[in-house]
Amino acid sequence: MEIIWEGVKHAGWLLLAGDAEVLGITLFSLQVSGVATGVSLIVGIPLGMLLAMKRFPGRSFVISLINTGMGLPPVVVGLFVTIFLWRSGPFGFMELLYTPTAMIIAQVVIAFPIVAGLTMAAFQVLNPNLRLQLLGIGASTPQLLWLLCKEARLPLLAAIMAGFGGVISEVGASMMVGGNIRGQTRVLTTATVLETGKGNFEIAIALGLILLAVTFFVNLLLTHIQQREQLRWPKPS
Amino acid sequence: MRKKFYFPVLFTFLAFISLLPSSLRAGEASSKNVILSTTTSTQDSGLLDVLVPLFEKKTGYKVKPVSVGTGKALELAAKGEADVALVHAPSLEKKYVADGKLLNRRLVMYNDFIIIGPSADPANIKSTKSSVEAMKRIAASASRFVSRGDNSGTHNLEKSLWESAGVRPKGEWYIESGQGMGATLGIANDRNAYTVSDRATYLAFRKRVTLAVLLEGDKPLLNIYSVMEINPANGPRVNVVGGKAFADFMVSPDAQAAIKTFGVEKFGRPLFVPVAGQREENLG
Repeated sequence: MEIIWEGVKHAGWLLLAGDAEVLGITLFSLQVSGVATGVSLIVGIPLGMLLAMKRFPGRSFVISLINTGMGLPPVVVGLFVTIFLWRSGPFGFMELLYTPTAMIIAQVVIAFPIVAGLTMAAFQVLNPNLRLQLLGIGASTPQLLWLLCKEARLPLLAAIMAGFGGVISEVGASMMVGGNIRGQTRVLTTATVLETGKGNFEIAIALGLILLAVTFFVNLLLTHIQQREQLRWPKPS
Repeated sequence: MRKKFYFPVLFTFLAFISLLPSSLRAGEASSKNVILSTTTSTQDSGLLDVLVPLFEKKTGYKVKPVSVGTGKALELAAKGEADVALVHAPSLEKKYVADGKLLNRRLVMYNDFIIIGPSADPANIKSTKSSVEAMKRIAASASRFVSRGDNSGTHNLEKSLWESAGVRPKGEWYIESGQGMGATLGIANDRNAYTVSDRATYLAFRKRVTLAVLLEGDKPLLNIYSVMEINPANGPRVNVVGGKAFADFMVSPDAQAAIKTFGVEKFGRPLFVPVAGQREENLG
């Protein structure tokens, strides 16, 4: 148990001393997972809205795929992305393996089904009459979509948090497609694995705690935005 | 009031995107990149953190070390997914060289494997000096043994010892961890079992492992690291020039001098013995 305390002390020390390498790894993790989450939103939200509001052949098949995708094992994603990006693979000419771009691609594959699935659920619980009402008062399509998004903002923010949480904490895919290269593709999770392998448990625990702290603050920010809206509801008397 | 809260989120996100291109550039200018396919022990021991910057500074290349088990490292190299290989499984390496997949195998350094186990030593291997005899005794007494089971360099050494001992390890006493050396040491320690470890990892975990070194210094326990270049016919886009530059660097006086002193600070003794230019038969 004493080792955890050592780790806490170490984490505090690394942060207070502003350890350049740890700081770099932390920022890089946020960067990669932040961009991956952003791209997932751009792909996932429209897809989720489409699945919630349109009926087309094969819809339930696509929904099943998305729902399965919400639980994709990162290491399987990593394996497939690696094979695609290999020099001998179909996208080998782009020389993307072991780069941050490769990590973002893998993380988008992990996060976008989560975003799409939760977006779909968010829009399906909206009252269908709302759409008719909005159309009735003369809303254009972009206006309609925007207003619906605003209406579903609470579960949409939950979708963002789930997507971000999924990718910042995954290790399998980042390890495989990034290669955990120092100063290039090392993120908090892969660094934790490395330090555990080296037997540096204090540093590993410290990195793990920093990861938790970072995730906590990002979620705190998003929760703040999400829950602020709740205050408008009248208090039960 | 409302916009105020969204703004920092948007701003942070845009800041990320604007920062990204600088780190993406590492992926371009391919001829400047050298993918080094290597084993976990070179990374876990911290040796690469010393040698790679030295090489990059000297040549301007950017190294991407990919640390996996030796079996996988060789396979990646044979597929042309790497530009140079630094591994430790001589018998396996020679097969790849004989097949023409890997070229110009050169010795870089060695250290040694050790057989560790419970200090009570139920298989009584302490009384022998022969690693092969020790394996026979472990199997005969069915004493618990933890194998890496991952086709790594250490696992290959272990397999060759079993083969020399004429034993096909099987049964409840034989545990396959399928993990790296650190995790395997943890399991062996927990189960009070025998295992084969490279010395560098054992030293790194010494504080947490109560198992004792029971056998060392036997010739088959030499842990020899070699560097090999990749046959460009293995696949498209192999950086032959960059790979050769790294291989040449590993046997250069600069790298060999760095290897010679590596580990003294942390463990009070060097972790590897540089042997560039020597013959395999004369080691030990």
